[in-house]
Amino acid sequence: MEPLLLVLIVALVVVLGVGGLLLARRSRPGVEEDLRPTPPTAPVDTLAPETAPDVALEPEAPPVEPEPERVKPRLRDRLGKTRDAFTGVFSGIASRGKIDDETWDDLEEALILADVGVPTTTKVIDAVRARVGAEKVSDPERVVELLREELVALLTGSDRALGRAESGPSVWMFVGVNGVGKTTSIAKLAQREVDAGHRVVLAAADTFRAAAAEQLATWAARTGSEIVRGQDGADPGSIVFDAMSAAATRGADVVLVDTAGRLHNKVNLMEELKKLRRIVERTDGALREVLLVVDASTGQNGLAQARQFAETVDISGVVLTKLDGTAKGGIVLAIQSELGIPVKVVGVGETADDLIEFDPEEFVAALF
Amino acid sequence: MFDALSERFDGIFSRLRSRGKLSEADIDAVAREIRLALLEADVNVKVVKALIARLKERANGAEVQKSLSPAQQVIKIVHEELITTLGGTSGKLTMSPKPPTVVMMCGLQGAGKTTAAAKLARQLKSQGLQVLLVAADLARPAAVEQLRVLGSRVDVPVWSVPEDGPQDAVEVARTALDEAARLGRNVVIVDTAGRLQIDTELMLELKQVRDVVNPTNTLLVVDAMTGQEAVNVATAFDEAVGLDGVVLTKIDGDARGGAALSVKEVVGKPILFVGTGEKLEDFEPFHPDRMASRILGMGDVLTLIEKAEANFDADVAQRAQESLSKGQFTLEDFLEQMRQVRKMGPIGNIMKMLPGMPKEMKNAEVDEGEINRIEAIICSMTAAERRDPTLINGSRRVRIAKGSGTSTSEVNALLKQFKQVQQMMKALTGGGKRPKLRGLAGMDLSQLQGGN
Repeated sequence: MEPLLLVLIVALVVVLGVGGLLLARRSRPGVEEDLRPTPPTAPVDTLAPETAPDVALEPEAPPVEPEPERVKPRLRDRLGKTRDAFTGVFSGIASRGKIDDETWDDLEEALILADVGVPTTTKVIDAVRARVGAEKVSDPERVVELLREELVALLTGSDRALGRAESGPSVWMFVGVNGVGKTTSIAKLAQREVDAGHRVVLAAADTFRAAAAEQLATWAARTGSEIVRGQDGADPGSIVFDAMSAAATRGADVVLVDTAGRLHNKVNLMEELKKLRRIVERTDGALREVLLVVDASTGQNGLAQARQFAETVDISGVVLTKLDGTAKGGIVLAIQSELGIPVKVVGVGETADDLIEFDPEEFVAALF
Repeated sequence: MFDALSERFDGIFSRLRSRGKLSEADIDAVAREIRLALLEADVNVKVVKALIARLKERANGAEVQKSLSPAQQVIKIVHEELITTLGGTSGKLTMSPKPPTVVMMCGLQGAGKTTAAAKLARQLKSQGLQVLLVAADLARPAAVEQLRVLGSRVDVPVWSVPEDGPQDAVEVARTALDEAARLGRNVVIVDTAGRLQIDTELMLELKQVRDVVNPTNTLLVVDAMTGQEAVNVATAFDEAVGLDGVVLTKIDGDARGGAALSVKEVVGKPILFVGTGEKLEDFEPFHPDRMASRILGMGDVLTLIEKAEANFDADVAQRAQESLSKGQFTLEDFLEQMRQVRKMGPIGNIMKMLPGMPKEMKNAEVDEGEINRIEAIICSMTAAERRDPTLINGSRRVRIAKGSGTSTSEVNALLKQFKQVQQMMKALTGGGKRPKLRGLAGMDLSQLQGGN
């Protein structure tokens, strides 16, 4: 018997019993019966038949309208529209002509505005302060340069290549909270792989969100990938399993596994993810990447997400999405600094081509 | 880190406890901590500055109430200020005097517009309104299909255009109004595509949709996990289409949700609803007091109390209080209380709402089956046994185990643990005095209610 359980219940009893009593005194007699229906425990629609996923791998039609030319976007171009802000923070710093408390406050504020977070900001600023002291810097513009150098140094040195299996298909799993852009990111990587002449299988293991498989199927058709899918509410494990065996028999090079978005504090859903990972791991050496997809507009919760997903499924890298807006995505600095998990690719738009490599220098240049 | 806020304050104030008033120096000392705390909660830097200025003004010279420590006093002031900033509770849409009432959802990609639209539709339908959902997100693949599926789940019709026809969001919106008139619908909810606020083309489209449907309520959907960017998003959307309210989604995560404060401060329009889970009924009116507690890391005590209020039987609570204060908490009381608590929902969920709970406890997996077994064991005892477990000898144990479908070792384990719990309760209640809730909540429960 779980020893904590009784203690937990009693703690609840104490708090609620007394809280409830205070209220009862204040207001009205308690309601006799709970008339609200109890919520179903399983997250999936249990009525949905446990049908085997549709394994008939139809290579979906090739891209319907091949675009005349594909120009690979660069971070710099994409960020052009937001870089005007650059002058804002630093003209102030430069114009004061000396380094004072205000300089440091401005720098700190710039980093926090970019969602870097207080601990990482403090760490970086302290490092810059130390260098300013040691190198006897007096030019405020030099301070900005030093800050850039520190930030770039924090981000460099990581291997950002996506892992490939020595033989057989390489599996890349995509995980993350709801609405960060997992499915779209998969479409972009599928496009890149197909362009490189690789055979790609998409596993539609998000069977929870309505029409998620439909969304992925559209992308499969547009990118010329194959898809393995089941019905809404089907067991995602069975889809991953079928995708693995389909990929093996069809000689696919890459399997991209789309998983349902889940908040990292939902224990059951995180356990489900663990199970998906185990299914992939049944094929030796196939699992090469577990990528956490992070929305650039995410605040400090991004670090909690990374921590929890890392603990549960041991993520190997981050896909930073929606960096084409004004959000800076500074939380990836905290993720790199605290957890040592690098950004591997960056999403900057809504088409299959809007995928770019992560370049620390360009990223930092665009931060503030 | 925020659970530590009150502790940090306590540290600062331990030197000052004897003083009767909060001095400017005291306030400055804590202002930095509050600033850090708010920044950690993703409140926008500029909003934090404004807030701190207001706080200093309010706190300066404030009397320290007898019942509170200076730290608690400051937290109370901060808490109240946040509640004021976050605005009132409403959870009500503006209904148009000339139906249909049109609701337009807008926001960034992935904020949760489609889900929020379906949840809102479900809620309005349950209030007896005739709702029409409109699928005007033609950008994301299968977004229309998603809304159709959700619409059928909540049994609300969805207006959309065929995939092979022209894909024009403005046209969808225009025809939707005719459809609403034809079907005699009095509320129309328009789901639009997610867009970046700097995407001029798509923002123009949004304006055109707005001009066509002339919404009574233009709602910005904001992810509770949003960081500093929330201010830019809210400002831009407000300037472009004029917001009437905000829906805050995904607050069932563990983000502190400072974005709510940022958006409210910038837009000045009420936060109407919050999305609290993946199921379509997980949609509630916004409560500024709870959000304030959450941003300050004080746990969701008020939700808890509200749940307790709805489910607790006053007599049972009274009895428990009496036996607690007498230091005689029996298995019978325990059973009764446990049943009360379970009426409020899964124990694990309730646990998460408690402030000041250690992380291990919050994240402990509570197996409801285990609780069922405990209940079965206690139910298999006679009333006398429940009142005095020492009666339970070997043969009684076997009988109880048989009756509850468990094993004698499980019965033993329960008895042993209950004994420990009894001792713990005695220690906690300090032999007759009121239970020490302060230790649990960092702040007195009654105080929180007082701030309500």
